[in-house]
Amino acid sequence: MIIIDNLQKSFGRNEVLKGINLNIRDGVITAILGPNGSGKTTLIKSILGMVIPGDGSIEMNGKGIHNNWKYRNQIGYLPQIARFPENLKVKELIRMIKDIRRTEGKEDPLAEMFDLKQAMDKPLRHLSGGTRQKVNILLAFMFESPNYILDEPTAGLDPLSLIRFKELLIAEKKNGKAILLTTHIVSLVEELADDVIFLLEGNIFFSGSVEELKSKYGGLKLEHSIANILSGQHV
Amino acid sequence: MHIDSKCELLGKVQGFLLLLLFCFQFAHASDTIQVCKNCKYTTITSAIGAAKNGDFVMVSNGEYSEGKILIGKQLTLWGENFPVIEGNGQSDVFFVDADSVVVSGFEIRNTGISYIYDLAGIKINGHSHCRIENNRLYNTFFGIYLKHANECIVKNNEIIGQATSEASSGNAIHLWYSKNAEISGNSCKGHRDGIYFEFVEHSHITGNLSEGNLRYGLHFMFSNDDRYVNNTFRNNGAGVAVMFSRVIIMQDNLFEKNWGPSSYGLLLKDILDGEITGNRFNENTIGIFADGSNRIKITGNEFRQNGWALKILGSCMDNTISGNNFISNTFDLITNTSTNYNRYEGNFWSEYTGYDLNKDGIGDIPYKPVKLFSMIVSNLPVSIILLRSSFVDLINFAEKITPSLTPPSLADPSPLMKMILK
Amino acid sequence: MRTFYPASMFKILKYSLFDLTRSRWTYGYFLFYLIFTFGLLYFSNDVSKAIISMMNIILILNPLIATLFGALYFYGSKEFAELLLALPLKRSSIFMGKYLGLSLSLSLSYLLGTGIPFLFYEIQATGQAWNFLLLTVAGLFLTFIFTGLSFLVSIRFENTIKGFGISIFIWLFFAIIYDGIFLLTLLIFEQYPLDKYALIMTLFNPIDLSRVLIMLKLDISALMGYTGAVFNKFLGTGLGMIVAFGSLVIWIVVPVFVFIRFAKKKDF
Repeated sequence: MIIIDNLQKSFGRNEVLKGINLNIRDGVITAILGPNGSGKTTLIKSILGMVIPGDGSIEMNGKGIHNNWKYRNQIGYLPQIARFPENLKVKELIRMIKDIRRTEGKEDPLAEMFDLKQAMDKPLRHLSGGTRQKVNILLAFMFESPNYILDEPTAGLDPLSLIRFKELLIAEKKNGKAILLTTHIVSLVEELADDVIFLLEGNIFFSGSVEELKSKYGGLKLEHSIANILSGQHV
Repeated sequence: MHIDSKCELLGKVQGFLLLLLFCFQFAHASDTIQVCKNCKYTTITSAIGAAKNGDFVMVSNGEYSEGKILIGKQLTLWGENFPVIEGNGQSDVFFVDADSVVVSGFEIRNTGISYIYDLAGIKINGHSHCRIENNRLYNTFFGIYLKHANECIVKNNEIIGQATSEASSGNAIHLWYSKNAEISGNSCKGHRDGIYFEFVEHSHITGNLSEGNLRYGLHFMFSNDDRYVNNTFRNNGAGVAVMFSRVIIMQDNLFEKNWGPSSYGLLLKDILDGEITGNRFNENTIGIFADGSNRIKITGNEFRQNGWALKILGSCMDNTISGNNFISNTFDLITNTSTNYNRYEGNFWSEYTGYDLNKDGIGDIPYKPVKLFSMIVSNLPVSIILLRSSFVDLINFAEKITPSLTPPSLADPSPLMKMILK
Repeated sequence: MRTFYPASMFKILKYSLFDLTRSRWTYGYFLFYLIFTFGLLYFSNDVSKAIISMMNIILILNPLIATLFGALYFYGSKEFAELLLALPLKRSSIFMGKYLGLSLSLSLSYLLGTGIPFLFYEIQATGQAWNFLLLTVAGLFLTFIFTGLSFLVSIRFENTIKGFGISIFIWLFFAIIYDGIFLLTLLIFEQYPLDKYALIMTLFNPIDLSRVLIMLKLDISALMGYTGAVFNKFLGTGLGMIVAFGSLVIWIVVPVFVFIRFAKKKDF
C-alpha cells in the first residue's frame, strides 16, 4: 500500500510532477501510462527514494519515506535498464543482493520458472539482453516484498518467459501485493492492470479501471483510447 | 801511521768523550719536583720558581687556582690523573715563556672571556719546540694558543668550549706566525674555529676531530705549504675554510653534516695550487665552495648526499675535477657564469642517464652537471621547496635540450658508468 | 550523529572490492608497479636513487590512476548504483562503500606492486626501509585523495566527458600547473619574505605536500640547510609533521565529505 499526496518535483525549471495524489492498493495491479516525459519514471524513482521530491509526501504501509531507508525492504524493484557489476557471476549477484537485504530469497523456484539454472555460473557480461531481464525479474521477485515496482518488465523477454511472467504477476496479486508497473505494451495493461493511471505533463490525467478509460475516451481497444487522449480528441 | 799510536789516539778520544758526557749529565741532572696538597710545594708557581731548566714538575691530582702560571724555564709539567687548573677569569692559565716546554696531563678550566686579550688555556709566545699533549681544556676562551712558536707539537688534547656567539668566543687551537707545527689527534668542540692558522707554514694537521664549532672546523688564513690529512669536520658552521693561502694539501678527510644557509664542507677563497684528494663530503649543504681559486686538483673524492656537491664561481680557473664519485647529491654543481675555465673529466655521476654502447666503461654522451633549477635555487633559496616536482623536471629538461642559462661548455666529456671503488 | 550505517557500508565495500579484484585494470596497475619497481631496484646501483625515481613516478601516477579509475568506475557503475539505491541501504553507505572499495583496491595494487620487489631486495637495502615506508604512505594518501576528488567531480557532473575532462584537469593542475604558478609567484615576489607563503602553498597541494614530506627525509641537507628559518623550524619538527599529515587527512576528508553530501541530495 503506497499513498502519494501532492507529490511535486522539478528539475531546474522543468516541472516534472505537478502535485500527484495516488493510492496504490494491495492486491491490485496498477499500471502507469503516459507518453515519454510525462513523469512516469520520476514518479517511480520518487517512491524508491532515488529522486527527492520537492514537495508532498509518500507513505508506504503507513510510514513516510522521507529520511528513511529501511522501507525499501518492502519493495521489489525491477529497473528499466539493469546494469550489474559485469565481473560478477549471476549466483554471486543473487548472493550479494540477499546479503545486502539480509533476507533469504526464493530464487530457486524463480530460476526454475525462467530457465536460469545454466546461467547461474556465468559472469553477467556474458549474458544476452533477454537473460539479463530474466535475472532482473528474479532479483525483483525473490523476496517476499509487499510492494512491487516494475519499470518496463517485459523488455526483451521471449514468449515463454512472458507467459511465465504474467502468471507470476497474477499469483503475486492474489497474494495481496501492491504492484505498480509502467509499460508501453498496451496489451499487457489490458490483460493485467486493474487500475490505470494516465500521466500527462506531470498531472494525473486519468485514474480508474481499464474499462472506465475505454468508455470515457472511446475506442474498442485500449490503444485507441490512448491514441485519442494523446491526439486531443477526447473532449 | 804506526798501528799502536793509532790505537792510543782512539783511546784518548774515547776517554775524553766519556768525561764530557759525565760532565754534561752532572750539569743537567734533572730533578723531579712534586706538587700536591701536603708536599713541600703546594702550588705549581712555587714549584716552577724552585725548578731549574730541564726539571720535571709533577702535579698530583687536585684543584689548583693560581691565576696566570708563568713557565719561564725549560720544564716538563706533568699532571697526574688530570689535576684541575682553575683560571681566574682574567688571564691566561699557562703562559709558556721558554723553549722546549712540555705541558701534559692537565685539566684546564675557565679562562674567562675578554674582548681585549686573547685569553688562552695554554699560551706559547715566541718560543719553539713546545709539546702540549694529552690535556683537557674546558670552557676556555682560546684553548691552545701559539704565537711566533715554531716546531711545536699539539697532540691528543680535548678542547671543549661553550661558545654561543662568534664575537664572544675564541678558537680551540690557534696558531699565528708559526712554522713546522704538528697538530694531531686533538678533539676541538664548541669554539669559534676548531683549528685556526694564520701565517703558519709547513705544518701538519692530522687525525683531529673538529665538531660543533660556530664558524669553521679548520681555518687557514695566509698560510702556505701546509697539509691536513685524515681529520673529521662535522656539524660546524662550515667545515674547513682555506683563504688566501697556497699549496695546501687536503687529503683523506671527512667533511660531514655542515648545514646552514651559507654553509659548506670546504670553502676555498683566493687560493692557489691546492690538492684535494681522497676526501669524503657527506650531507653538507655545499660540499666544496670555490671562489677565486686556481690550479686546484680535486681528484678521487666522494661527494654523497650534499645539497650541492660543488659550487664553483666564475672567478675560478684551471682547476681539475676528475675521478670523483658524485652520489645522490641534490645538485651536483652550481656556478654563476656561462663560461667555463675548469676541467671536468672521468668522474662518476649517479645522476648520469647516458649509455655506453662500446662498453669501455665511459658514457658515450657528456654529462652536464649544472641544472637550471639549481641556478634558480641559488638565487632564490625558498624555491627549493619545488625540488623534484614535475614542473621543475620539465623546465630542467627543456633547458637541457636548449641551454639558455646554464653554461653550454661545462660538461664532463667522459663520465664513468660505474662508481670508482677504492 | 551517524552519517552512515557501517554494516551495510562494509557490505558495499566488500562487493566493490570483490568486483574490482576481477578487473584487469587492477592487475594491470599491480603488474606495472611490480615490473617497474623490480626493474628500478635491479638496474639502479643505489637504492636511495631508486627511491627518488620511484617518488617521481608515484607522485604523478598514483594521482593520475586514482583520477582516471575514479571517473571510470563511478560512471561505469552508475546503473549498478541505481540498483543499490532501490535496496534498503543508506545512500551514504553505498557511496562511502564504493569510495573505499576503489581506494582500497588501488592501494592494494600499488602496495603489493611496490612492496613485493622492495621486500625482495630489502636484504641488500637496509637503511632505506623508513624512506620506502614514507614513500608508501604518501602514495596511499594520494590514492585516497584523488579517488575522492574524482568521485566528487563525477557525482557533480552528469556528463561523462565533462566529468572526465574536469577530473583530468584537476590532476594536471595539482601535478604541474600549480607548481608553475607557484614558482612564478616566487620569482615575481622575490624581494619579499616568502617562507610562510611557500609553506602555505605547499599545504594546499597534496602532491607538493607529499613530495616535501618525502624529501625532508631524502634530501634533508639541502632542504634543511639551505633555506634556513621556516622550513627548518616548521617541517622538521613534530608539530610540522602533524600539520603536514593533518593537511593530507583533510585533503581526504573534505572532498569525500562534500561528495557524500552531494550523493545524499542528488536525484538519480
